[in-house]
Amino acid sequence: MIEARGLTKRFGALTAVDSVALRAVDGRITGLLGPNGAGKSTTLRMLYTVLAPDGGEAWIDGISVVHAPLEARRRMGVLPHGAGLYPNLTARENIEYFGTLQGLSRAVRRARAAELIERLEMATFADRPAKGFSQGQRVKTALARALIHQPRNVLLDEPTNGLDVMAVRTLRRLLGELRAEGHCILFSSHVMQEVAALCDEVIIIAAGTVIVQATPDELRARAGTQSLEEAFVRLVGLEGEGGPA
Amino acid sequence: MKAIWRVFRKEFGETLRERRSLITTLVVGPLLMPALIGVVLSLAIRHSGTPSSRPMALAVAHAERAPQLMAFLAQYGVRIEAVHADRRQSRRRVERSHGPLLYVPRDFGARLASGKPAALRLYADESNRAVQGRVRRLSTLIGLYGGTIARLRLVARGLDPQLLTPIALHPIDVSTPQSRAALALGMLSYAILFTMLMSGLYIAIDATAGERERGSLEPLLTMPVRREHLVYGKMLAACAMMVISLVLTVAAFAFAMRHIGLDRLGMSVNFGPAVAAGIVLGCLPLIPAGAALMTLVASFTRSYREAQTYVGLVLLIPTLPLIFASIMGLQPRAALMAVPSLSQHFIIMSLLRAQPLPALDIAISATVSLALGAVLMFLAGRLYRRENLLG
Repeated sequence: MIEARGLTKRFGALTAVDSVALRAVDGRITGLLGPNGAGKSTTLRMLYTVLAPDGGEAWIDGISVVHAPLEARRRMGVLPHGAGLYPNLTARENIEYFGTLQGLSRAVRRARAAELIERLEMATFADRPAKGFSQGQRVKTALARALIHQPRNVLLDEPTNGLDVMAVRTLRRLLGELRAEGHCILFSSHVMQEVAALCDEVIIIAAGTVIVQATPDELRARAGTQSLEEAFVRLVGLEGEGGPA
Repeated sequence: MKAIWRVFRKEFGETLRERRSLITTLVVGPLLMPALIGVVLSLAIRHSGTPSSRPMALAVAHAERAPQLMAFLAQYGVRIEAVHADRRQSRRRVERSHGPLLYVPRDFGARLASGKPAALRLYADESNRAVQGRVRRLSTLIGLYGGTIARLRLVARGLDPQLLTPIALHPIDVSTPQSRAALALGMLSYAILFTMLMSGLYIAIDATAGERERGSLEPLLTMPVRREHLVYGKMLAACAMMVISLVLTVAAFAFAMRHIGLDRLGMSVNFGPAVAAGIVLGCLPLIPAGAALMTLVASFTRSYREAQTYVGLVLLIPTLPLIFASIMGLQPRAALMAVPSLSQHFIIMSLLRAQPLPALDIAISATVSLALGAVLMFLAGRLYRRENLLG
């Protein structure tokens, strides 16, 4: 369960995120949808405690990211934008290293890494150095690394960027499985189809504020259109232009 | 605290697989530097004998026409090689890249006896530096011989020979083989310190600029580990690489120095295991400061390349005190032992010269260096907590 209230971040004179409130519950996939530069990544970065908010607060399973960031991090698996690996370590070692940092014992790390490697279909490259990995192999490794401690909450920033069709399908399947297991999944995207295909709930964010949080069906009803894309454009447009044309 | 150890283990293990850093640590340090310094030192040794004391070969055509001159030259270390050649042959002989050749004309003895200038011909290819030196030495010797004859002539005519020397210039060469070698030995301590720092460079840059550039910094920061502990672990790994490099480099120097004959410079060749161990121990306290300084500088840069440039420049900082020391002829004293890198230089030199420093001086060096390392590491930890670390 991820909750935020009044979350605000300023970079100099620019207010990147302005009083964002959101809620992502367990057993559902919540999509953070918005145009480029809307503040999606900044919001996620505050949630996964890499940036400190200038105002407001957020909670992961009720634990404040502001007051107990280390404890909050234990409950999150994070796939940040552009997943960088250690080039001299193999995929398996990259995954196990994060297990070490999460404080897992050697036996547990080993077992979990092996399990994730199988689940994400990584067997062919698991023991090769990450140096020459394709984007798909990199994202899979980074995802396995983020899940090594079996976090209740999973945050992903634009996870499908640069992935081929096969890798996207694997990712979707995995997110679906995690949902079925009762995890809370929050991911950002600027791709409408992505969100439409995966999400139980959509949060539309533009110019640093949340415009609406609703299910895809509610969104279509609200915008008075059958197309989610049209609904997105209308809702973002309403806020962006300061009123209907 | 456990997290520091975990980060350390991973960074150290990963660096051992990185070719670039391994080459720096295992090849450049322990092999290249001792080889380089060894060559410089052995050149210094070869050119260290004063020129006038070394024997010099000289081909002479018609040496029999000037027996007294030949005896005089022989006295001053010139080895006469009599050759049979007329003037034309003499010239050709020298042109075919032989050394200088002295030709004694037929009337040499007669003109000398009659008090007229007696000519000698010296054929030499002066575009050759080595020949230049021999020609200069020969001119000096022959000038000396001529001066002696001139004085005898004056005395024979009842005049004071001092009339001929209105001015007496006494060039006094105070250089000793040791002082000539001091520069090369100064390079030795510089080489030890430089290779030691170099081997920590990769991890130091990787801690910030490297992690950021390859996009692994952000995931790392989502781990339940305090940020400063991450950077402490990385700096410790850099220190470990530096220790390995230091030990290997000093061992290689100890080996090299034994085989180039420092004793011919009148220097202590006392570069045995004990001295090598002393050098390693003397340099160890500088390692944390070096690792932290490089990490600090790298954390301000935007890319790996930029970091390499700046950290490369920073590596020159420890060399500045060494340069000042050799230009100003600084000697170890308590105040100077509080200057990190300079104090390590003094420790290395004192061990090589077998002139032990007071224990207090060594204690000052270690304490100040370690304290600086602690402060810089703390600062690096603080900087790792900055938000714009992510770039």
